[in-house]
Amino acid sequence: MALGLMDQLAILPVMVPLLVGALLVALGTRHVRLAAALSMVSILGLLACSIALALATADGSVIPYQLGNWPAPFGISLAVDRLSSAMLVVTLLVALACQLAAGDSLAQRSRGFHGLLQFQIAGLCGAFLTTDLFNLFVFFEVLLIASYALLLQGSGRDGVRASVHYIAINLLGSSLFLFAVGLLYGVVGTLNMADLAVRIPQLAPQDVALAHSAGLVLLIVFAIKSALLPLGLWLPGTYAAATAPVAALFAIMTKVGVYSILRVYPLVFGAEAGVLSGIGAPWMLVAALGTIALAACGALAARNLRTLNCWLIAGSAGTLVAVGAVGDAASLGAAVFYLPHTTFAAAAMFLTADLIARARGSALSDRISVAAPMPHAAVLGTSFFIAAAVIAGLPPASGFIAKAVLLTSVATAPSATAIWLFVLAASLAAIIALSRAGSVLFWKPMAVEPDPEAPRPAPPAASAHGTVAALVLMLGAGIAYVVFAAPLQRYAMQAGAQIATPERYVQAVLTTAPVERTK
Amino acid sequence: MELLLASGIGVLTAVAVYLLLRARTFEVVLGLTLLSYAVNLFLFAMGRVAVDRYPILRDGLAPTLANHSDPLPQALVLTAIVIGFAMTAVLIVIALRSDAEFGDDSADAGRADEDAR
Repeated sequence: MALGLMDQLAILPVMVPLLVGALLVALGTRHVRLAAALSMVSILGLLACSIALALATADGSVIPYQLGNWPAPFGISLAVDRLSSAMLVVTLLVALACQLAAGDSLAQRSRGFHGLLQFQIAGLCGAFLTTDLFNLFVFFEVLLIASYALLLQGSGRDGVRASVHYIAINLLGSSLFLFAVGLLYGVVGTLNMADLAVRIPQLAPQDVALAHSAGLVLLIVFAIKSALLPLGLWLPGTYAAATAPVAALFAIMTKVGVYSILRVYPLVFGAEAGVLSGIGAPWMLVAALGTIALAACGALAARNLRTLNCWLIAGSAGTLVAVGAVGDAASLGAAVFYLPHTTFAAAAMFLTADLIARARGSALSDRISVAAPMPHAAVLGTSFFIAAAVIAGLPPASGFIAKAVLLTSVATAPSATAIWLFVLAASLAAIIALSRAGSVLFWKPMAVEPDPEAPRPAPPAASAHGTVAALVLMLGAGIAYVVFAAPLQRYAMQAGAQIATPERYVQAVLTTAPVERTK
Repeated sequence: MELLLASGIGVLTAVAVYLLLRARTFEVVLGLTLLSYAVNLFLFAMGRVAVDRYPILRDGLAPTLANHSDPLPQALVLTAIVIGFAMTAVLIVIALRSDAEFGDDSADAGRADEDAR
């Protein structure tokens, strides 16, 4: 078998950002423009690469990649299927928005930014591509250590305060991940997820309990990453402390946990797994519904726009996991359809909040309080309204279609009543919270006399072109989601079917022969 | 030997959890360090505890785990040690920075800052 370019595409989303990131570190801090250009070229190239992968896997084929040409399951395998390639496209679009928005000021203020962004992309893409549990742990650490540094970029005291909690809880999560991985290896003797899927049904009866506990410890880890109740209380403080470009990028981070749940549980503990089939589902459902409820309360209680958005992100992760817990092809497909929309919407809202904060000056920032009218209120208000409509799920925004698909997909499941109740009530809470925030910010400006004693709001330190471009990209992605809803939904539904029946994935990973050496 | 190793891991984990729940960042860091030690031992034990097994293949011995020790957990432990060490270092730096910034080494330092917003 000759190796064509197509066969090498799968490794590029990991290799290129790692190499570019290393190059950017070596380049040092003097050439900011060159670094920005390199970073941009890398992101655009990877975006093209991931779109090519998405098109190549659209027919249901799985592209395996055996690292170092070791035969699976002895080496580490990567594999691209519909879910992985969709996640890659979403990641790179959000990374592009982050890069654009950072061009305003963040990239000048913190010189290491572009390198960190590349490492973050490498970690995210790796997590979406790998088929090996330990490798997944390693990519989690890569993306986490980049995110620790990104969180501190330009975020001052808030960032330091949030970091202590964020790092401590993630270190704890990493330790639990290792416990689960070790336990699974000790019992099953493999860490390749495809191989696990083959071997779990053949477990000896005395080993089943151990594999069961390993599977549930793994769920705790993924629940920490996707900020499910009761492990997700780190999220609002952390994301609200990050600067806007970084917060927009972090919109994809909780989705890594959701992705891991959608990948691991149907594959390893799926319908074929015998007694261990569906072990995570009851826990997932309870945790997810609790998360949705808490997030709705948090959104209603939020005192500034960023915190409000953080709670909505937590709620969307809860919604995704609740639907993922149902676990049939239709609901998994609906989750895959909902995921990109909610990521773009959350990123757009962070960017809007940043523009509002800049227009109102640092004293008021994005606090939801009545104040003098802000400059550019019409433009900012429109942008806020679109983002809010998308998040809350008002027609004709993408949120409406995504939620409709989501709710119909679970209609026949036993947990349908609970999911409908929680998701619809949370949507109502989101509408109330967002319309209250919007009307306070834009419709109730006080006619205040300019106080001669008060310090004048400082003129914005930097241009907002980059943030506006990023915002247009994210809102545009949301609009494209409505325009191309039918083909995207078809793709997502096929992805769901592919996750629910992983035979082809398992076969592709395990039976790909090593490449022959050519003279 | 199994009993000793298992109770060692158990005691380490228990101490680690106790320290993790303390209020000071110093104790939290110590707790996470002890937890990573427990994890490393645990991973290592997953290759099964055995004495007198060859680490690399020998001529005349069947290449099975009955005669040789399992190399994979050792590779996993090595990776876990490196990553755990690096992450702990990051946490210590941030904890020191937090102490310098807020003049308080509690894990909740700067809480008043947040409430004021």
